[in-house]
This record gives sequence, C-alpha cells and structure tokens, in this order.
Amino acid sequence: MNQSAEELNKVEKKDLFTSGHRACGGCGQALAARLVQDASGENTIACVATGCLEVFSSPYPDPSWRIPFLHSLFENASAVASGVEAAYKALKKGPVNIIAQGGDGSTADIGFQSISGMFERGHNVLYVCYDNEAYMNTGVQRSSFTPLGARTSTTPMGNKTRKKNMPLIAANHGIPYVATATVDDFRDLQRKVKTALSIEGPKYIHILAPCPLGWGHHGELTVEICRLAKDTGLFPIYEIVDGKMTNVKKIPVKVPVQEYLKLQGRFSHLFKKGGSPEIIAEIQQIANQNIERYNL
Amino acid sequence: MLKQIEGSHAVAEVVAKCRPNVISAYPITPQTHIVEELANIVGQGKLDAEYVNVESEFSAASVVLGASAAGARAYSATTSQGLLLMSEVIYCIAGMRLPIVFTIANRAISAPLSIWNDQQDSMALRDSGWIQLHAEDNQEAADLHIQAFKIAEETNLPIMVCMDGFILTHAFEPVDTPDQKEVDNFLPPFRPTNIVDPRWPRGIGLFADPRFYMETRYILHRAMEKSEETIKKVSEDFKKAFGRDSGGFIKTYKLEAADVVIISMGSVVGTIKDLIDQLEEEGKKVGLLQICSYRPFPRKEIYNTLKDKMNIVVVEKSISLGRGGILASDVRWSFPRAEKKDRNISSFIAGLGGRNITKNDLRYMVEKVEKEPVELEFLGLNKELISEKDL
Ligand SMILES: Cc1ncc(C[n+]2csc(CCOP(=O)(O)OP(=O)(O)O)c2C)c(N)n1
Ligand code: SF4
Ligand SMILES: [Mg+2]
Repeated sequence: MNQSAEELNKVEKKDLFTSGHRACGGCGQALAARLVQDASGENTIACVATGCLEVFSSPYPDPSWRIPFLHSLFENASAVASGVEAAYKALKKGPVNIIAQGGDGSTADIGFQSISGMFERGHNVLYVCYDNEAYMNTGVQRSSFTPLGARTSTTPMGNKTRKKNMPLIAANHGIPYVATATVDDFRDLQRKVKTALSIEGPKYIHILAPCPLGWGHHGELTVEICRLAKDTGLFPIYEIVDGKMTNVKKIPVKVPVQEYLKLQGRFSHLFKKGGSPEIIAEIQQIANQNIERYNL
Repeated sequence: MLKQIEGSHAVAEVVAKCRPNVISAYPITPQTHIVEELANIVGQGKLDAEYVNVESEFSAASVVLGASAAGARAYSATTSQGLLLMSEVIYCIAGMRLPIVFTIANRAISAPLSIWNDQQDSMALRDSGWIQLHAEDNQEAADLHIQAFKIAEETNLPIMVCMDGFILTHAFEPVDTPDQKEVDNFLPPFRPTNIVDPRWPRGIGLFADPRFYMETRYILHRAMEKSEETIKKVSEDFKKAFGRDSGGFIKTYKLEAADVVIISMGSVVGTIKDLIDQLEEEGKKVGLLQICSYRPFPRKEIYNTLKDKMNIVVVEKSISLGRGGILASDVRWSFPRAEKKDRNISSFIAGLGGRNITKNDLRYMVEKVEKEPVELEFLGLNKELISEKDL
C-alpha cells in the first residue's frame, strides 16, 4: 500500500470522532483521538480500553464514534483487538484497520502482558497509546509513565522513579513499526498513523497527550507544553522501522527543562522555597541523556 | 460413529465439527488434552479456523470476546485458576451478549493447590450471566457442545459446558461422535446481528450511567430465565436428530416411588444410580433428580417434580465457605417456605479436591437422612487429619 508523500502529509479532517464529548477543555487525549481516527478513515475498528477516552466518548446512548467502537475492559484492548483480527482472517473479511487504543496505565501497567502478547503473536493491529503520564480517569494516580518529580494523588511528595520507556520495549518485540508523536504537530501525527496502517503486522504509536486537569496547566497551553516536551529533550520524536531508528526530530533550539516544568502545577513543589533543585537537575540530566542517546 | 475415545478428544472432535471460526485457549490441567487435540485438528487443516495461542487465560477470554464481537463463532476451554483469572472477562462477555461456548473441565481451586476435580470453579462464576450445562458422561459432554452453540446463538447468551476434570476428561469410554453432515444439519452457520463492522458503524461496550445500567441487568436476567425454553427445545430437537437423550433441564431416575430423593449434578450421578439399583434390590426406594442446567436454575421443575417428596438430600462438589452447600441453598429456595414445613432438605458436601465419592459414602448419606435431616455435613472427611486446634 504505497501512499504518495502528498497523501501521507495531508491533514485529514473527517469528523469520525465527533465533538460534544465530555473531555475537559484542552484535553490532549481528545485531540489526539480525533487526529488518529480521522487519519485512519472510515474503514476502521476502534478497540478502546477503559480510561478517560472511553468514559468521555462512549456514554450510552450518544457515543462520539462514527466508526465501529468496541470496549471491553481496562487491561485487554490488545487481546480484544487480536480477537477481532483473528475473526476477520477466519471469516475472510477485510482488509480493515484495527486500532487498539488506551491510556498509559492500560498500555504499560495493567495491560502490559496483553500488549506484549499481541506484539509477539504478530497480529495486524495498530496500538495507539495516549500518554498523559498518570491514571487520569480515576483521579490522577501514579502510573509507570509518571515522570520523575511529578506530583500525583498517590505520589503527593513527587514521583521518585523514572518513566518506563515503552516505545523501545515495543520495538524490542521486533515489530515492524514504532513511532512517537505529540498533539501539537497534526501533520506528523497523522502521517505516522497512515504509515503504520500501511504496514502489515503489529505497530505501536506513542502519543504524548497533556492532561490539563492532571498536569495542572491551562487548557490553552496543551500545544505549547507539547512543543516544550520536545524542545527540552524530555519527549524524543522518532520512528523505528524494522528495528532501525529513523526520522529523529532535531531540536532547533534546546530549552532548559525548567521552562517545561514551570508551566505545570504537578511540578510546582520543585520550585517552592525549600524545593528540590536536585530533582530538577536530575530531570535535566534525563533530557541531556535523551539528547545524546537519540541525537536530538 | 461409536468408538473408544478419551473424553477430551471426543469433545475436541465434536467442537471442531461445530466449525468454530476462532479458538483461543491457555493450557491448564485437566483441560489441556481438549485444546491440544483442537490444535492438531486445525494444524492438519481439518478445520478452517484461527487458533490463537495466547499468553494467559485473561487474553484467551478477551480474544474470543473480540472475535465474537466481530462475528466469529468462538470457543475456548479452561478450568479452575484459569477460569478465575478470566472472571472479569467472563462477566463482560455475558453483559455484551456474546454467544461464546466454553468447556469447563471442572477442577478445585487453590489454596491448597489441587489439580483434581470438584465444581468450585464454575460455581464461582454462577452469577455471571452464563448458561451452565453439566455433563453426566462423555457422550453427554460431547453432545452438549453441539447443543450449546445452537442455544447460545439463539439466545445471545454464552455457555459453559461443564465436565468433571479427569473423571470425564481423561476417561476412555465409547462415545458416538456424529459425522460432519449430521452436525451441519443440526447447527446452522452463525448469523450474528450485532457486530463491529465498518459497513454498519456501531458501538459495542458503551458505558451506562445509572439511568440505564439496571435495565441491562434486568434484561439479561430475563434472557437467562427465558433460555429455559431454548435449552429444552434444543435438547428435544437433538433427540429427534441423533436419537439420544442429552441435556435438557433436569433428568430423573426411579423417582416416582422414591422415599428419599438425591439431587446432584455431573459425573457422580453414575455412582448414585448404581447405588439406587442396589438399594432397590434391598427393598429401599431411593430416586435421583439430576441437574443438567445449573444456570438457568430449574427451580420450577424441581418444585413440580418433588412437590410430594418429603425427604430430599443434595450432594455437591462445592461450598460457599461460611454459608454451606450452594446447590443445596438453590434447592431449598425452590420450595415455598410456608409450604410443608416438615419437608427435609439435607446438604452434603463431597468430593472436594478430587476425594473419591464411593458408593459406601453415598449409602451412609442415605441411611443418615432416613433417620434425621442433616443441615450440613462433609462426606468422607478423614477426622484423623483434623486436630482440635485446627477448629
Ligand atoms: C481491573 C481494573 N482496575 C482498575 C480500574 C479502574 N480504572 C479505570 S480507568 C483507570 C485509569 C486509566 O488510566 P490510563 O490508562 O492512563 O488512562 P487515562 O484515564 O489516564 O487516559 C483505572 C485505574 C478498572 N476499570 N479495572
Ligand atoms: S482528566 Fe485529563 S485526560 Fe481526562 S478528559 Fe480531562 S484533560 Fe482529558
Ligand atoms: Mg493516563
């Protein structure tokens, strides 16, 4: 399925994920979900995990989905999608795009086994992780994607661990396509969805999806925060195609991590009097390591 | 064709003849022989199906959930720890009204670890909205699967076909496995209506706020109750097509003249019938009421059949700890409280973790309830293993 560069780079607006849902203003995940579904098009089945996305978009009787939507539980979207794919094969139906999607918690914590199984078995499914770095739907509790220093309702003094690196874990399953993206760059995000769907086998796209409620920033800053996440080096943008890292996005002007942290209430304790300059320094070190490791 | 065959292989052969499109399972004793044989059948190209080897029972259940929601006839098999691990998905499958069929090779639950038979596993999921059919022997286990796909697809309810682990799964018995044409004639292809398909975009598994949730549970409960008709009808149709009595709601044995009625389900009814014959020769009138469909529960049948029976004893392979016999409390609830206060319904727990239930145990049970009603007793307990300080 060779798509022209022009097709790949076109920004799609099809309203397959309609407005009128119940997400907070400025929700990065709502924006990301719309971009993903519009990029994938009508011939798509969405298998969604329990979490904010599911709750704000699928209340009976008026869901926001104009494509087939299947929700079962919090930790099994990958296995459910595997089953849908197996059914399509067995019934000799299709081709169809199958997109499993969920938050960081359902992807990397409770659903980790299930996604690993789906990758390893080689199902023709795209998995999209909407990473808002905590369990938002239940009230901002820590997940394994919660970054160092961030305050959540279960890490009131700031998170003590570093974020799990899911894109590389996914890539190490030997799957043909892995990519990271943010919601400030529509073209890049949708190109990655379209590229992924053109490849046979399991694919993984990891989208940074800022959450104004949980991160403590103003809704209108969601896009700015994404830009800063990239320009500090904290969220590297790249693709891994057949095991090779490509299209690493260079940072035009490197920004110190303080600029990113300062905008978010979840890091505010680091800056207060008697705060934690050593944590800020460690976060800067993480950014520096990324810059070096990914050659940003 | 009648042949000497292991129970698991008979079930696998018959399931394959039901032409499931997607099979997904995870190995656990004593279910393994069923899914290994199905893997063989698919591997040899004798069944055109997707066989998905998953990393856990949780995913096995989730894969068949997804497959069924996409329009496939889907099957899995499990037992014990595997079934409990699936429990969240089990409830979800029923709530989504997906007509999936499972074999449960009934086994005890940890701790302590035991791979041997009792029925605590399927009992633990009795309230989930799955039909539960219990097989007496391997012929019935095989037959019930053919019926199960038909009942499930007519009612949009999932079904567990329960067969006692090892006692049935690993027993070699003569089983008549029907040929493909007979099964095809009986079981039409699956024609699902509510599926995920881009041609008819719809949402399956939406969430329901308090204005809507109760109604879905009420409708599901009514569907379970109503499935009684389908279970009976399919069993009758099966008899017409295959010439055998299999399944249905309840079965009885030498009940009419019985002074004492035993109620049970699963493979132990074979031993019970032998005992009843022996006791008959000794001049005692004992009868049997066998539960074939545990869910939906045959409350009315039990009442109508046993209205005039005053001495009933329930023997079962599961227990609600801190409460007592589960089947016994279902049976006790089947009789209006005000009516015939002198009716005795005794409760015996037996065969937990694979403990043999001997004819002597059952004879002791009958003799005991002839003298006095028994609130709750464990049959065949070895008192030497229990010291005062354990209690
Ligand atoms: C088995 C199970 N455990 C816990 C929950 C409660 N729960 C629902 S959503 C959720 C958090 C979701 O976090 P994430 O996947 O990161 O998605 P987000 O809401 O942040 O978008 C939790 C803990 C559940 N539904 N099921
Ligand atoms: S809590 Fe966060 S993720 Fe959830 S809807 Fe609000 S902004 Fe979006
Ligand atoms: Mg999250």
